[in-house]
Amino acid sequence: MGGGYIAQQIVNGLILGSMYALVAIGFSMIYGIIRLINFAHGDVVMIGAFVTLALMQVAGLPFVLVAAGALAAGAVVGVLIERGAFRPMRGAPQVTGFIASLAVSIMLQNLGILLLTAQPRNFTFPAALQKVINAGPVSFRVIDLVIMLSALGLMVLVMLLVKRTRLGMAMRATAENLDVARLMGININRTILAAFAMGSALAGIAGLMWGGKFGQIDPLLGYVPGLKSFVAAVIGGVGSIPGAILGGYILGLAEVLFVGLLPPIYSAYRDAFVFGTLIVILLIMPNGLLGSDKGERA
Amino acid sequence: MTAERRNTAALRFVLPAAAAFVLAYVLQTVLDDYVMSIVNFVGINIILAVSLNITNGMTGLFSLGHPGFMAIGGYVTAILTLPAARKAMFLPDLPAWLAGLQAPFVPALVVGGLCAAATALVIGLPVLRLKGHYLAVATMGFLIIVQVLITNWDSVTRGPLGLNGLADLTTVWQVLPWVLLTLYVSWKVKFSSLGRTMIAVREDELAAQCLGVNLFFTRVLSLALGAFFAGVAGGLWAHLVTAITPSSFSLIMAFNIVVMVVVGGSGSITGSLLAAVLFTVLTEAFRPLEEHYGLYGIGEILMALVLILILIYRPGGMLGTREPRFLVDDDG
Repeated sequence: MGGGYIAQQIVNGLILGSMYALVAIGFSMIYGIIRLINFAHGDVVMIGAFVTLALMQVAGLPFVLVAAGALAAGAVVGVLIERGAFRPMRGAPQVTGFIASLAVSIMLQNLGILLLTAQPRNFTFPAALQKVINAGPVSFRVIDLVIMLSALGLMVLVMLLVKRTRLGMAMRATAENLDVARLMGININRTILAAFAMGSALAGIAGLMWGGKFGQIDPLLGYVPGLKSFVAAVIGGVGSIPGAILGGYILGLAEVLFVGLLPPIYSAYRDAFVFGTLIVILLIMPNGLLGSDKGERA
Repeated sequence: MTAERRNTAALRFVLPAAAAFVLAYVLQTVLDDYVMSIVNFVGINIILAVSLNITNGMTGLFSLGHPGFMAIGGYVTAILTLPAARKAMFLPDLPAWLAGLQAPFVPALVVGGLCAAATALVIGLPVLRLKGHYLAVATMGFLIIVQVLITNWDSVTRGPLGLNGLADLTTVWQVLPWVLLTLYVSWKVKFSSLGRTMIAVREDELAAQCLGVNLFFTRVLSLALGAFFAGVAGGLWAHLVTAITPSSFSLIMAFNIVVMVVVGGSGSITGSLLAAVLFTVLTEAFRPLEEHYGLYGIGEILMALVLILILIYRPGGMLGTREPRFLVDDDG
């Protein structure tokens, strides 16, 4: 087990971590603003993947337009979910929102099965993106590089948006205290809708990446990224965007190294390890690594 | 409580129980095996919903771990009832003391339930410090961990293949007494000081604590009690389906049981019972629709839609925390 092997594992972990981080940002944004654990967030990843497939392999659009389409599809689905399910029950206990999001998730998965069948579909990117690059001991495909760089770019963009724009300021104010923000004349409905749109757009583009990375998609694929990115968000501290990014990379690396460095018999326990970690973090460090203590957490 | 009122209270339980036995007998003679198995599923779902209602409805502990407890109870029961010859074939690596052991169905169910309850105590100690949706997420994690462990513990569980060809021991005469016991215990708990303590914990922890309620004890007890019946239901389920695999006990199943409790009204025993009946019958009614028109998933979609509409327009469910008037004393 040489240094090259470990370097390769780290690169794999970073690729996986970029995707977890993108999905976790949306999770965290939505939680930060309305204290909702949106279980349906992972299914937006699935929708993004299928929209990518449709635009790229059926409509044959250029890659940049496909990516824009995945972003837009995610945003639209996020907005529809917020308007249809979560806005009418705003103000209800937190658990109500969580059950509702489970229901939305099951509904999206089964709509996928109903309309697209449960059959997995192959997902092939153009040859230019599939080319393998060898850089010293590590090798990766062009698409992996695109995933990592575009994920980083999107993360910077979102952070700037939240820190520097009026909309971002409104979001932070709403997250701090919804009622006071309303008193200050912030349009709460629009702000929450914007958070859903942005978070879900990132999940949509993560769907494109997920398909590109694993080469096969089906209507239930959102389950795993949804759960994992939630864990990532909790590790980083739910509600904190830098925390979600950090948590995503930590989880991606930990998962790949867990499988790559331990004897193979343990790799089947990967998910038990991930969720065991989640429970331990909730118990000993409920605010995660970068979350602030807002009470009422756990 | 005067003697007269105690009599009416007993009658309220004895009469419906007797009626249920008569009904079971009539159904057993009239219906064919397939429909009878649906009746048994109704019974098992009643046990699941009413027991989750203790944990989730009365005490307000939002647990998604119920199928995890079912899985534990189901596997324990299945392994205990499996004849030694089949054990040697399925599970050659089983520890010797287990390999030679074969128990009758009822004791096996009780042991399965106790194992589930013991697990609830062990995981409850750390996890029940969490509240609200964090508890929901932690119990979901527990469910996934149980699934992973069962899948990988080949020597005892036969891994992802599961155990099949179990004896079909689950008849209506097995299910009905357990349904009645679940209802009886749940009812006794709800209308006792323990039940009022649980509801107090759900409504306002701080106030309950100020009145001297031991929050932690109440929570752990409530989780363990729900888990016991979930374990029994798992055993009944395994011997009704006559097979058990790790993927049987999924998050979807957790969701379905939660739907029953929420639709019935969190805290209402009658509500959970009615919702369980309604849910099982509707699911079966959708099955031909799915198979005939190829509309796979339509049942789940409609169920999810109904749940969202109930959460929006009638968050208390069908009955809220109440029970129907004719079943309770005026001051009860």
